[in-house]
Amino acid sequence: MLELTTTRHNPMIDPSLHVWSWEIPLYLFIGGLVAGMMIISGYFLFSKRYKEIDCVCYSLPLISLIVLSIGMFSLFLDLEHKLFVWRLYTTLKISSPMSWGAWILILVYPVIIANFLMNPLKFIEVKFPQITKLTTFIHQRPRLIQNIGIVNMILGGMLGIYTGVLLSAMGSRPLWNSSILSILFLVSGLSGAAAFVHMIAQNVKERELLAKADNSFLILELFVIMLLLVGLLTTSKVHIAAARLLLDGPFAAQFWVFVIFLGIIVPLIIQLLAVNHKIKHTPVAPVMVIIGGLILRFIIVYAGQFSKYLNVL
Amino acid sequence: MNAISRRKFLKLTGYTIGAAAAASSLTPVIKGAKKINKEKVKGIQTIPTYCDICFWKCSAIAYLKDGELWKIEGHPNDPLSKGRLCPRGTGGIGAHFDPDRLRSPLIRTRERGEEKWKEVTWDEALSYIAKKMNKIKEQYGAESVASFSHGIGGNFLKHTLKAYGAINFGAPSFAQCRGPRDVGFELTVGDSIGSPERTDIENSKCLVLIGSHLGENMHNSQAQEFAKAIENDATIIVVDPRFSTAASKAKYYLPIKPGTDIALLLAWMNVIVSEKLYNIDYVTKYGFGFEQFAAEISSYTPEWAYPETGIDPDLIRKTARTMAMYKPATLVHPGRHTTWYGDDTQRSRAIALLNALLGSWGSKGGLFFPVSYSLPPYPYPAYPTSTKEKLDNPGKKYPFASEEITTGIREATITGKPYPIKSWIVYSTNLIFALPNIDETIKAIQNLDLLVVVDTIGSEIAGWADVVLPESVYLERHDDFNMSPFKQPFFSIRQPVVDPPGDQKPNWWIAKKLAEKLGLGNYFPWNDVEEYLDYRLKAGGLSLAKLKKEGVFVGEKKPIYIEEGVVPEFGTPSGKIEFYSPQLLQAGFDPVPKFTKVEEPPTGYFRLLYGRIPVHSFSRTQTNRILMDMYGENEVWVNQDIADKWGIKNDQYIKLKNQDGVISNKVKLKTTERIRPDCVYMIHGFGHTSKMLKGAYGKGASDSELITRYKTDPLMGGTGMNVNFVTFETEV
Amino acid sequence: MARFAMAIDTKKCVGCMDCVVACKNENSVPEGYNRDWIVTITEGKYPDVHLEIQSQRCNHCDNTPCVECCPTGASHVNDVGAVVLVDHDKCIGCKACLAACPYSARFINPEGYADKCTFCIHRVEKGEMPACVNVCPTHCMHFGDLDDPNSEINKLLASRKFHQLLPEAGTNPRIFYLT
Repeated sequence: MLELTTTRHNPMIDPSLHVWSWEIPLYLFIGGLVAGMMIISGYFLFSKRYKEIDCVCYSLPLISLIVLSIGMFSLFLDLEHKLFVWRLYTTLKISSPMSWGAWILILVYPVIIANFLMNPLKFIEVKFPQITKLTTFIHQRPRLIQNIGIVNMILGGMLGIYTGVLLSAMGSRPLWNSSILSILFLVSGLSGAAAFVHMIAQNVKERELLAKADNSFLILELFVIMLLLVGLLTTSKVHIAAARLLLDGPFAAQFWVFVIFLGIIVPLIIQLLAVNHKIKHTPVAPVMVIIGGLILRFIIVYAGQFSKYLNVL
Repeated sequence: MNAISRRKFLKLTGYTIGAAAAASSLTPVIKGAKKINKEKVKGIQTIPTYCDICFWKCSAIAYLKDGELWKIEGHPNDPLSKGRLCPRGTGGIGAHFDPDRLRSPLIRTRERGEEKWKEVTWDEALSYIAKKMNKIKEQYGAESVASFSHGIGGNFLKHTLKAYGAINFGAPSFAQCRGPRDVGFELTVGDSIGSPERTDIENSKCLVLIGSHLGENMHNSQAQEFAKAIENDATIIVVDPRFSTAASKAKYYLPIKPGTDIALLLAWMNVIVSEKLYNIDYVTKYGFGFEQFAAEISSYTPEWAYPETGIDPDLIRKTARTMAMYKPATLVHPGRHTTWYGDDTQRSRAIALLNALLGSWGSKGGLFFPVSYSLPPYPYPAYPTSTKEKLDNPGKKYPFASEEITTGIREATITGKPYPIKSWIVYSTNLIFALPNIDETIKAIQNLDLLVVVDTIGSEIAGWADVVLPESVYLERHDDFNMSPFKQPFFSIRQPVVDPPGDQKPNWWIAKKLAEKLGLGNYFPWNDVEEYLDYRLKAGGLSLAKLKKEGVFVGEKKPIYIEEGVVPEFGTPSGKIEFYSPQLLQAGFDPVPKFTKVEEPPTGYFRLLYGRIPVHSFSRTQTNRILMDMYGENEVWVNQDIADKWGIKNDQYIKLKNQDGVISNKVKLKTTERIRPDCVYMIHGFGHTSKMLKGAYGKGASDSELITRYKTDPLMGGTGMNVNFVTFETEV
Repeated sequence: MARFAMAIDTKKCVGCMDCVVACKNENSVPEGYNRDWIVTITEGKYPDVHLEIQSQRCNHCDNTPCVECCPTGASHVNDVGAVVLVDHDKCIGCKACLAACPYSARFINPEGYADKCTFCIHRVEKGEMPACVNVCPTHCMHFGDLDDPNSEINKLLASRKFHQLLPEAGTNPRIFYLT
């Protein structure tokens, strides 16, 4: 029998840590989604298939920019000392994922914009004729397009991984303290992005292709989740306790129902049937994948804050 | 307190000072109630004073930063605090900043207890009181005004009332607290334990605590010495139904069944006497009636005590031998709040006897002979004499009561016999929480023509008052000197550090003004309390200016132990330590303590025990925001197995219902392995019902409310309060 | 280089919270917040119970996850005494350090910055003890320099049994609990 009492009662800390509410999981989800979009788009630019996979290469950049800005705003909302936000850009701290994340975001924007410039919106072309010149300039240089693809993939990868590192660098939270978390967030981001294209692409071939890709990502994601849990379960007592938060603890119901079942398995089955032409493509499965990805971030952020070392309240 | 809110608060305060100044222009301004921080001094200022959060009266140094109260620390020269205050003292500045403080005099506008008031000027309030008091004097005689007070702050008011002709003065500190202990020792060694206690904890090699929870009870010097004893590797023996903090420091913990301490004490003495382990020289030299005592206790073997106490006979023997091994540096602590079961004087007598057997009374590491300063009193005119007797103890019903019995005054107020009591003047003691059985207190109040409460906060008793007078807190006022008897003679000064935030006045001012209203101005020949203090100091050959600067004067060390040459004197009829007490026999009591069984809780009920927490004093600190931040509501401790059986969980809210059907406010459960299954425990002072105490209202439950039963000690009238049983109401 | 540390004697500590109150006053810690606090650990079955009372606060670790994760350098290790401090004017309130601290020793001050125990560096620099050490009525807290072989704290650590909080977190905390 162990009784623990503490006289501490700090807001956001006691009785359990809850420093981050919806802003951070939303931001992490968006970061992953945009990372996935950049990688997918970058891949098709690099493999010179941007004309056939036009939704990915021409529509995603703009969507990425909008969504990413929402994510950044959400991140900003989380700050307690908002007026000091500029302090992020007065230093680069290698040891701080938050710091290099801030810088990655700064780099992500021009890279997505470069992609975006390949197919800017009509009204922009009308208003700023110089933009058209840039577009023409890019289209005349296939190597440049490939390079834009490469940097999109690289920065997308960094962004996706960073969203996981932000949490996994916290040795204090057993649930987060696994480098597999970065892979999980990257894969989940890719699956979300692929599902997104699957949902909005007009081009049948593109839709089929991305649906197939998404199926692979979902299977991979299941595998990575398994790895993460096995990793935790085979470490120390506190890590086992952390894993059990998801497996049979207070977060288990949400985790099994919304992440595993409705977020991965059910859409996977639907999409497998769709790509095998047993049923028609509908937005149902992709929406489930995207919501599943969002809930995954919420659960990981919340459960991770809940997980702690035993002898400290 | 929050730096921001403090700033805000001070702004507010500035506002009220303005209002107060306007109000008091109606009252002739008396010199000495002057503002002290009129000009804010930049930087750090330090002013010595002594604390008032409890009665220990530690000397302290208050720090002002840019003219605003910042913090308070112990006075390094003070023998009591030795430079370190307890958490309540450290948090004492919260008393000044307390937003729930009384701010101006109040007169009741509706029924008693409804807490409906009109704010009045001091002049109106005091005139009102004086008029009523004069009428009472005319109709019933001055003796019909009784007074209750706690702490040194009541001195001046008592002076006024004595000048008026009052003779009935009570303090819950006797019959609701340390009375049985002091009487038990008076009957045995002819002297009381006193306050601060004469316990030489730091030098004791074996410390025995019986229900005394040092460490949770933060009487500063005792807590400091307790830590010192731990450091010195003293053997600590703790007897308590609850695994207290002190128990966690003990070598031997005796999980005694509540109410059986006398059985244990008798068994201990049986072992020590039968094994000839007692201090033979000491007992031979100072003892009286030892043979009869030895014969009387010969049957109380540890085996006899076992079924009563639940303590293993081997453990009783082992602990008794340990005590004897370290004699005379074994201290069986007499405790302080000892009104438990109504047989408390005899229990305290047993403790005194055990100390005597070991030769601890007067020895280093035992109970020392305290020394103190004395200053000549101020030469006041003689008080009027009365033909009537005090009515708290009519016919010496409680033959050994050595102080007034509060509950006796209450009883007389209810019955009107032997003569009616028509007014209570209550200073700084929350009688609703302090006296057992609230209904009786309220019944008594209904018979009054005048209830005046002088306090800093709107306590429950203030809620029942006709007139409430707001007193400035200790940081804002002068009081009499503290000359507590202790290990070294010393005395200290209380002086204002900051201005009161509203129209509060110091008690000396209130007492003097009231005396003037009563036409007794000649009893206050001084204009200002500093004149009074100066007079007494000068009479002792000392200087006020110097004391104001230094805060405390410490005299030369004097012998305090027999080892140092003190020749003990015993104020008993025999002039010796009375192991066998003829005067008790004569009065019809057991000349040697006997054990009698206490009533057991009925099935499904648990004995209600209560105690202290380091960060609160009685029921008077629950609006101090600093201390409330430390501990903001009390919990009820319930044994884990019992909780499991009831299906109730830690941190869950429940209600307690006592044997008379009284249901408490909701209170948080603390399920724990730190308490016996047959009792529950809570911190006293919570569950406030006065709406004036915004920061405390409805937080936790009040043990006082559940103490509807009490068992009166036939020797001295103390009210044993551990005789109430509660059960759980799980629906809240 | 000095490395300030604390050794707290759990045998003497009674958990009275004087350290907490003194810290509040000294540092104007807002109402409702704690820079230090008391943890009581109860083990066993009545009446065979064991209690350990710990006065806890920032451990001023040798390895500082809170400083590492700070994106702006607001959280830093002070030159004097290797005390972990927060520069209020640099802190953006991202709360990474709150999450990174295995002891949850930090909180967000209502003014928006991460707040925590400073070992009362403002007092220590004047040659005084931290407020909590200075007030402790049981004298159970000892403050000193780990790098000074003659310091009282090193003598205590050499002669007494002790433990640190969460050694498995790898932070090498500099608050030692003497048992």
